[in-house]
Amino acid sequence: MAQVSVRDLDVGFGSLKVLQKLNVTAEDGEFLVLLGPSGCGKSTLLNAIAGLLEINGGQIFIGGKNVTWEEPKDRGIGMVFQSYALYPRMTVEGNLTFGLKMARVAKDEIQRRVARAAGILQIQDLLKRRPSELSGGQRQRVAIGRALVRDVGVFLFDEPLSNLDAKLRTELRVEIKKLHQQLGSTMIYVTHDQIEALTLADRIAVMNGGIIQQLAPPKEIYRRPVNRFVAGFVGSPSMNFIEGKISKAAGNVGVKLNGGDTTVSLKGYEFSGMPDDGRPVALGVRPEQLTPTSTMNGAAYLPLRVSLIDPMGADSLLWGTVGSDMVSIRIGAEDHYKIGEGVNAGFDPALVSLFDAQSGERV
Amino acid sequence: MSAVTAGTIERASDEPWGPLPRRLSIGRIGLYAFLVISAAFFLIPLYVMVITSLKTMPEVLASNVLAPPQAPTVQPWIDAWLHACTGGDCSGLHPGFFNSVKITVPAVIVSIGISSLTGYALSFWNYKGANVFFLLLVFGAFVPYQVVLYPLILALRTAHLFSTLAGIIIIHTVFGMPVLVLLFRNFYVGLPIELFKAARVDGAGFWQTFFRIMLPMSLPITVVALILQVTGIWNDFLFGVVFAGRDNWPMTVQLNNIVHTTQGVPEYDVNMAATILTAAVPLIIYFVSGRLFVRGIAAGAVKG
Repeated sequence: MAQVSVRDLDVGFGSLKVLQKLNVTAEDGEFLVLLGPSGCGKSTLLNAIAGLLEINGGQIFIGGKNVTWEEPKDRGIGMVFQSYALYPRMTVEGNLTFGLKMARVAKDEIQRRVARAAGILQIQDLLKRRPSELSGGQRQRVAIGRALVRDVGVFLFDEPLSNLDAKLRTELRVEIKKLHQQLGSTMIYVTHDQIEALTLADRIAVMNGGIIQQLAPPKEIYRRPVNRFVAGFVGSPSMNFIEGKISKAAGNVGVKLNGGDTTVSLKGYEFSGMPDDGRPVALGVRPEQLTPTSTMNGAAYLPLRVSLIDPMGADSLLWGTVGSDMVSIRIGAEDHYKIGEGVNAGFDPALVSLFDAQSGERV
Repeated sequence: MSAVTAGTIERASDEPWGPLPRRLSIGRIGLYAFLVISAAFFLIPLYVMVITSLKTMPEVLASNVLAPPQAPTVQPWIDAWLHACTGGDCSGLHPGFFNSVKITVPAVIVSIGISSLTGYALSFWNYKGANVFFLLLVFGAFVPYQVVLYPLILALRTAHLFSTLAGIIIIHTVFGMPVLVLLFRNFYVGLPIELFKAARVDGAGFWQTFFRIMLPMSLPITVVALILQVTGIWNDFLFGVVFAGRDNWPMTVQLNNIVHTTQGVPEYDVNMAATILTAAVPLIIYFVSGRLFVRGIAAGAVKG
């Protein structure tokens, strides 16, 4: 049992309030990712859970126990840092055993745990080396190992892959996921990289301005973002927003695009509440939800003028303008379009998002 | 379309190709000449000291200052170490040397120990009033010694430490602290805070984090502090003459007394040898630990 529960957490530095009355719970064995831009409070939240910074109010429960006033070492957590934070003057073995020696764990028990962690992370050959003799990926493995030997139910990761190059990042990401499946422990993982969040998480908490905007499984975050911030932050290349107004005609609801007389049908879209006619909205469509089409049937399409093509290897990104908005479409790598050409990009209204132009909330 | 072809490119012999050739311009030659002359100029005093110390007194008086010794002798060095007189006492410099060792070694160790601990506490343990304390401490670096000299004499006398070895060691420790704490604090502030957090998660407390994590990483800055303190304390004259007491006078004070003895003809050769002997320790420390210092910086790199 290692549920992590944060209740009414307040954290501030001087007059600056970083987190206010924040509530979030990571269930036992869950992989929870805290995702957000820098300065959104995600690392602050993680440090508060670890007990590494002073909180102004609220409670933290780990494994059903109130640990609000406990030292980090007594909270039953292991932590992995972005800069690895390995002790530079100790060998890998020294790094792994330091915490256990501090806790006066018996010698043979230390040996057993180090052997196990080294086996899981495949760092047996590195035990006698110093951190300066390791590559970035190896260092991060050792840092994970240091959390692993503590034999705890909760792992806290503070942007652990941000210092690695793209290839290593992908490799270690897969390993962290495997590790989670193997150990079944609770993991809380801070990142600003939405790919990491989408691939690793059981649930993602998207944060902005110290507030959790949406807490949901990755698929739902991606498909049904609750507001424009979440929609724009998650997904790469990011979602297109086209400004317009709700128009109701002959029982059909559509969006009349600004700066033109095109009306896009929204037949099949699940409204959370039927909006009034003429309400200003932003239509959110992901690049891969748009396909160039020649048919004009159904009228769910955007008429755009090609302005740029970005080849990305496996596919290409076509940039065009609709009125004054830039819109991107994912197209096949072999498809050819001329700059200035007109293209109709069709989509399924059931899959897109609609946000209020003022509040940014999902309509 | 451009094509990449293997083989030699046809080119004119004066066309720019490969690395820029190094040319020795007139300006460069002038610059080097200037540097060599300045270096020679600053080395003249040392040269004069060394050759004079190797001459006998008659030769010193007879020959040119810059002329090398006709019959080199080490007798002035032996005299300086064992027989030079200060007043009625003719036992040379060596008691002063050992006094200086007795003052410098404990004072350096104690001041570096206390300062590194203070710097560590000020950088990682952000307790209330830490910044005010630090500010006061740094301010201490700018207090002129003359202002505090007399109050210090009174304070030490009250504590029965005036004119004792312990007294002079305390004085050097206290006056070394502002600069050393500044040095160590700034070094520790530059270390990643995550290292400190990791130690806390691992369950290391104030002392364990200091001794097991931070101190082993402090080699480069400790060498800097060592150079500063050894040269500073060894070269000190004012505190030594005021606080150490006659029995503990450091080498600098004895050197002064030897050179300023007014009886008979000044023994220039012995004086020169005594001066070089007194300056030898800081010079050796500087050369030896200067190399260590560079190595320490390279080995102490945290990130790769």
